[in-house]
Amino acid sequence: MATYYSEEHEWLSVDGDTATLGITKHAAEQLGDVVFVEQQDAGEEFEKDGEIGVIESVKAASELYAPVDGEIIEVNETLADNPGALNEDPEGEAWIYKIKITDAAQLEDLMDEAGYKAFIG
Amino acid sequence: MSDTPKRTPLYSLHVELGGKLVDFAGWEMPVQYPLGIMGEHKQCREKAAVFDVSHMGQVILRGENVGEKLEALCPQAYATLKEGKARYGFFTNAEGGIMDDLIVSNAGDHYFVVVNAALRHQDIPHMKANLDGVEVTEIFDRALVAVQGPAAENVVGELCPAARDLKFMETTLADINGVECRISRLGYTGEDGYEISIPEDKAIEITKSFLAHEDCEAAGLGARDSLRLEAGLCLYGNDIDQSTSPIEASLGWAIQKRRKEEGGFPGAERVQKELAEGPARKLVGIKPEGRAPARQGVEIQCSNGNTIGQITSGGFGPTVGGPVAMGYVSAGHGEPGEVVNLIIRGKPQPAEIVALPFVTQNYKR
Repeated sequence: MATYYSEEHEWLSVDGDTATLGITKHAAEQLGDVVFVEQQDAGEEFEKDGEIGVIESVKAASELYAPVDGEIIEVNETLADNPGALNEDPEGEAWIYKIKITDAAQLEDLMDEAGYKAFIG
Repeated sequence: MSDTPKRTPLYSLHVELGGKLVDFAGWEMPVQYPLGIMGEHKQCREKAAVFDVSHMGQVILRGENVGEKLEALCPQAYATLKEGKARYGFFTNAEGGIMDDLIVSNAGDHYFVVVNAALRHQDIPHMKANLDGVEVTEIFDRALVAVQGPAAENVVGELCPAARDLKFMETTLADINGVECRISRLGYTGEDGYEISIPEDKAIEITKSFLAHEDCEAAGLGARDSLRLEAGLCLYGNDIDQSTSPIEASLGWAIQKRRKEEGGFPGAERVQKELAEGPARKLVGIKPEGRAPARQGVEIQCSNGNTIGQITSGGFGPTVGGPVAMGYVSAGHGEPGEVVNLIIRGKPQPAEIVALPFVTQNYKR
């Protein structure tokens, strides 16, 4: 398993052709208190950079963009009742989707942990 | 105006407290501290919170019959405002729209006026040009600090016993730590509390002595916005502007009976007509079902799909525990209980018109 990071502050923990997707701790800190997560349904297909959800904090709404092409295979439904989990454990319990990756070559455009740390400074 | 944001006398304290600073109306202001908007909001509702509101314009008016002269610019009965009292009001334009909202206090030998930060540059010349024989002085050497919440009386009262004797919308001069401050019992959160005008060189010291109280924490503009929204208080630029009349904005309560009857302020014809016949639209409270916040600009549709208005302020209400909003709906709509749809990201979301405020106001009357 390898974890990749996007410039949109998502993490992608890849296991074969599937992956778990969420937002980084840094993103959660920047957003502040999350109050609502709009998720798409399992079965939805998406393209890299397409909008795959919205995260609303007390301050503002922020779109979630797909880091790669793929399909949603599982939705973390606990976030509907407990959006605040995204502030508590964004890189663990509060994952957003499990996805199927349809173009693994796109992973090469993403950053590893060291690269992401340098990116956020 | 310069592009570099200005700093209030409390700037270094915001930095010391870990405030997240943003540019707000040309001022570098804390949107939140490490406690976070939600925590700061609850702190204010349950105990007490301190807000830096020094970006607002503080103005002193001196001269003969200032109150009477203000009545030519505002629909409020300022001629009869008693010494030691403060009153909410607004400047209206010739079309009956709201130029800015403000608080006027009768301080005895002068009047003390507080206006919105973004409109200082409009309001000061407006007063200078239209208040004949009145000396209009903008104060630049005083901070303005709000202490709000059910514990505010103790936080301020322990340092300044005179503050306990004030009732809602009363003002006085009193010493805090040996420094003379103007203390007014009012605010913008729906809670009991004070706004305190402090000489700039003592502002940090006095604010720190409020924060030393165990029930008091610093809060930023984020919490200030969610608090005022739950309290059903208008934000200039969102809920009221040059095009909205006070009657449309459901601010008829802020126009005293004599002024409604006699008029004599800019745009009185429109205000009196709307009082008699009802306004074409009115500002109402809106409670979205579900959890999705409906923010400024969201379209409001009635049950048959026709557009009836727009959200002007909306977000998450931490005390309500869900989304809250205010917006304008056209005449014939807006009775509490009416079910509407809010078009959020293209999808209709059901919501209900409700009476404002969303939380009970907790003033010391």
